[in-house]
Amino acid sequence: MSKTYYTKKHEWIMVEDGVGTIGITDHAQEQLGDIVFVELPDPGLDVEQGDEACVVESVKAASEVYAPISGEVVEANEALGDNAALVNESAEADAWFIKIKLSNTDELEELMDKAGYEEFVESES
Amino acid sequence: MSMNRQGRKTNIDQSSSDQADAMTVSGNKALQIEEPILFDLGDTQTTGVDFADVAPFESRLNGLERIDEFGLVGLSEPETMRHYVRLSQKNYSIDTGIYPLGSCTMKHNPRLNEKIARLQGFMDIHPLQPQSSVPGAIDLMDELAHWLMELTGMKAIALSPKAGAHGELCGMMAIKAAHEARGSTKNIVLVPDSAHGTNPATAALVGYKIRSVPAQEDGTVTVASVKEALDDDVAAIMLTNPNTGGVFEREIVEIAKLIHEVGAYFYCDGANFTAIAGKVKPGDLGVDAMHFNLHKTFSTPHGGGGPGSGPVVLSKRLAPFAPLPFLVKEGESTRLVENANDRVDETSPFGRMTAFHGQFGMYTRALTYMMSHGADGLKQASEDAVLNANYLRASLSDYMSLAFGEDHICMHEVLFDDAFLKGTGVTTRDFSKAMIDEGFHPMTVYFPLIVNGAMLVEPTESESKASLDQFIEVMIVLAKRAKQGDAEPFLNAPRFTPRRRLDETGAARKPILRWSPNNKTST
Amino acid sequence: MRYLPLSPDDRRAMLAKVGVDHVDALFADVPNDKLLDKLPDLPLAASELEVERQLSQMAARNLSAGQSKGFFVGAGAYRHHTPATVDHLIQRSEFLTSYTPYQPEISQGTLHVLFEFQTQICMLTGMDVANASMYDGSTATAEAVLMARRVTRRKKAILSGGLHPQYRAVVENMQRFSGGDLVQMTPAIAEAEDLISQIDDQTACVVVQYPDFFGQISDYSELAEAAHVKKALLIIVVTEIVSLGAIKSPGSMGADIVVAEGQSLGCGLDFGGPYVGLFATRQKYIRQMPGRLCGKTVDVDGQQGFVLTLSTREQHIRREKATSNICTNSGLMALAFSIHLTLLGEKGLRQLAMINHANAVQLADELGKINGVDVLNDSFFNEFTIRVPGSAHDLVEALAAKQLLAGVPVSRLHGDGTLEDLLVIAVTEMNSAEQITDLAAAIEGEIS
Repeated sequence: MSKTYYTKKHEWIMVEDGVGTIGITDHAQEQLGDIVFVELPDPGLDVEQGDEACVVESVKAASEVYAPISGEVVEANEALGDNAALVNESAEADAWFIKIKLSNTDELEELMDKAGYEEFVESES
Repeated sequence: MSMNRQGRKTNIDQSSSDQADAMTVSGNKALQIEEPILFDLGDTQTTGVDFADVAPFESRLNGLERIDEFGLVGLSEPETMRHYVRLSQKNYSIDTGIYPLGSCTMKHNPRLNEKIARLQGFMDIHPLQPQSSVPGAIDLMDELAHWLMELTGMKAIALSPKAGAHGELCGMMAIKAAHEARGSTKNIVLVPDSAHGTNPATAALVGYKIRSVPAQEDGTVTVASVKEALDDDVAAIMLTNPNTGGVFEREIVEIAKLIHEVGAYFYCDGANFTAIAGKVKPGDLGVDAMHFNLHKTFSTPHGGGGPGSGPVVLSKRLAPFAPLPFLVKEGESTRLVENANDRVDETSPFGRMTAFHGQFGMYTRALTYMMSHGADGLKQASEDAVLNANYLRASLSDYMSLAFGEDHICMHEVLFDDAFLKGTGVTTRDFSKAMIDEGFHPMTVYFPLIVNGAMLVEPTESESKASLDQFIEVMIVLAKRAKQGDAEPFLNAPRFTPRRRLDETGAARKPILRWSPNNKTST
Repeated sequence: MRYLPLSPDDRRAMLAKVGVDHVDALFADVPNDKLLDKLPDLPLAASELEVERQLSQMAARNLSAGQSKGFFVGAGAYRHHTPATVDHLIQRSEFLTSYTPYQPEISQGTLHVLFEFQTQICMLTGMDVANASMYDGSTATAEAVLMARRVTRRKKAILSGGLHPQYRAVVENMQRFSGGDLVQMTPAIAEAEDLISQIDDQTACVVVQYPDFFGQISDYSELAEAAHVKKALLIIVVTEIVSLGAIKSPGSMGADIVVAEGQSLGCGLDFGGPYVGLFATRQKYIRQMPGRLCGKTVDVDGQQGFVLTLSTREQHIRREKATSNICTNSGLMALAFSIHLTLLGEKGLRQLAMINHANAVQLADELGKINGVDVLNDSFFNEFTIRVPGSAHDLVEALAAKQLLAGVPVSRLHGDGTLEDLLVIAVTEMNSAEQITDLAAAIEGEIS
């Protein structure tokens, strides 16, 4: 059983069997424009909720992607290495950034569900 | 994630139905001549320099002779001349027309500067020949130092930093050294969120943590907001004055006092000194360190992106920490102190910023410029720069949108936002590209970040009224055209340049940073 | 004032348009008591003739290389012949008075040159990618150390004793302020240096100079391998770029970063600046590289063109997270360098290098015959170190009094009271055979 959560910093996290797959939302990629590079951490890195975990670059901007939850990075999406454009094409599926083994599932309670996120985006604009 | 909307698409699909009609057999367009990449032009056996043969001798290269060909291409002298002249003709320059790039101070570059810098006694001397053989060069440095200190009312100077950002680094190192000397471990630097990105980058490089100070709508900082951010951990504040929106910091004197009260220092980014030279002395405002950009304020050439030169003036409190080399007077003469072991009373240099003595060739140019103007001319130049910017402000306020409202005077540059383009389908970028077609270099765009779609216009004192009037006339027509809904010419601009809008996304996704036989393409 | 186009009438009309009576109304934000009520205490405006007269007098008090009876000063800046074409071309308005190519459509000239420059640097150094230039060789070295720290996430730099003393000082300063660690080797003149045993798992990089400060040429291949075993980077510094027309490229020895002073090509001596820093590295590190980069792309019509690229590494976007605080490069000097190298081509560069080396060999051989003078190098390119009886500084001063500029006393740069009998002497294509013989005779005359 998997469940997807969203953050106010425009990340999504799909949790399945204690592992969260993390990426940026479709709304975020649209705002950023053409993505040219994604910098990913090496597996093995321990992150705290809110830590800077990745960097996503468009032509004119570099934006940090924060860990929505704490845990150990277990995998980084190598497909993004030579094809950052994938983020524009499939932000919420194929273009996931990293997978994190959750160390504290309580943290998920602070996050939003899809409807909540959509409402949040609406209120931001 | 942190969001920054600067990264919107840089290219729109543009159809060019008239492209075929505009083609010539050669690809050239009259004075616009296509020029291949050097490595597609020549070969490794051609040379444009003649040398005498070397008689056989026994080499001492430790068996490390370079044997394999490495691919450098040579051209004969006439081919070289043509290659670079043709390339030069694809550049816009100050000598071509108005270049109102805000914050960059693209003023006239007098050729006397170039002539003086090329005098044999300045150009053909080595930084490590005996100081006794170069008294004139040392005097020139001393004279430049005198002018810069008198203009700012400061007590000491570090000439050697190689550009503005390097000067900033030097100033922040002096501040850190001063703190260390008194055993202070303060570790925070206050930077307004309207500051140029080099400020936080520099403070971070020397190990300080950045605390952002919220700026007011016009980018200025208030006593209240500084008070809010201030505590005993604050080592320094970095302010640009006039700020990046072309506004003088009204509360600067009180802010300096507050900063000094907690034992911190006031770093002033002097990038915009051109607005106040001869009118205000930063030393009178409480500044402890300020760098100049000699290529901005004092007209040493911008050279397509450098060389810069970033001397830093220091207050009495920071003076002892100036880096090597520095000048000391000994009786009638002046000498350069080059080594830490060469102890001089009351000095405690923090280290060395660069090999040798800095951008001497820029010192000669800047001093030539200052002597030509004199105290009176420098003051007049600042006044004219400010008048020119305000003239543009007043003339365009009904047609474009002033970022800080119609009643807000500006210093040497005027900031517009993109409110006047709202709903037109034309962006700041499109508008700037249309200016290119009209024969102008665009203003600085999308900087500062504190307003939407920023357009920062700095005409400098070098523009005549006639030139400004022409600029104003065209800007008004363009603004009207955009507002009337005629977006097409903007979206397709520029149309008359050697190259039209370039694919920056493709360049960043798959960077091609050098020629190789594999990426050879015909022009 | 000849540089200011506004007439008094213009100013009046413009003030009226702005709606103020006096220009000081535009300075209303300046605290009242801080607006100067009198001019700074400096001379008033001067005519072109007057300025030229005063500054020419200042210039005339310096003993220029060209006026000297022989010029052998090097140690990081070298006197070479620059073809007249170079100085003519860099003074073209479109190169001299343009700025950083923020608007690529009207800056294709500068961008095209930068692309060629980057390619030339790659070929010279034997590396994959190069940036659009740095301030100079010394600051480029400090930037290389910072980059090695970013790549390895380690803090320690090991500096060879053969690295130019002022370059060492610049790196030392940067390391100290940015929280890095440093190991500095004692200079071992013309002797092997045991850098390998210093490398440990905290080491970010080893920095060596090639040819080194004393002129010695060493093969750093083994050092590169040893560094890579410990996952540290090898930085090779070149202060005399002409040498790469004669000796193997640093890239071929396994360097990870190559930095160089490019002054020898296209730039004059200029009493120390402006020069041009060269910076090259491996493909895999391009996003960790400081400085500007020019890349090739196409425009909307599909035509080849150039843009500045990978700018997200820079401070205007990343602020305190930028790879470096550097903003400008050394554009005009990079242009001069590139034009000079285009005139030379590979053939010319090799010839130039060989003449330099041959002249240096002649001088070393002549000095070696003098009683009391030891030539310390067994290998060198166009510069080497001699030991003289007594103080090298005194010798240089005595010869300078006779308008002969004989080299750089090592003690001037080390400044710690050691190595006082060492003199570094540079010889280039500018020195005639006669000047070389005269220098040897003059040194012999002074020490005997």
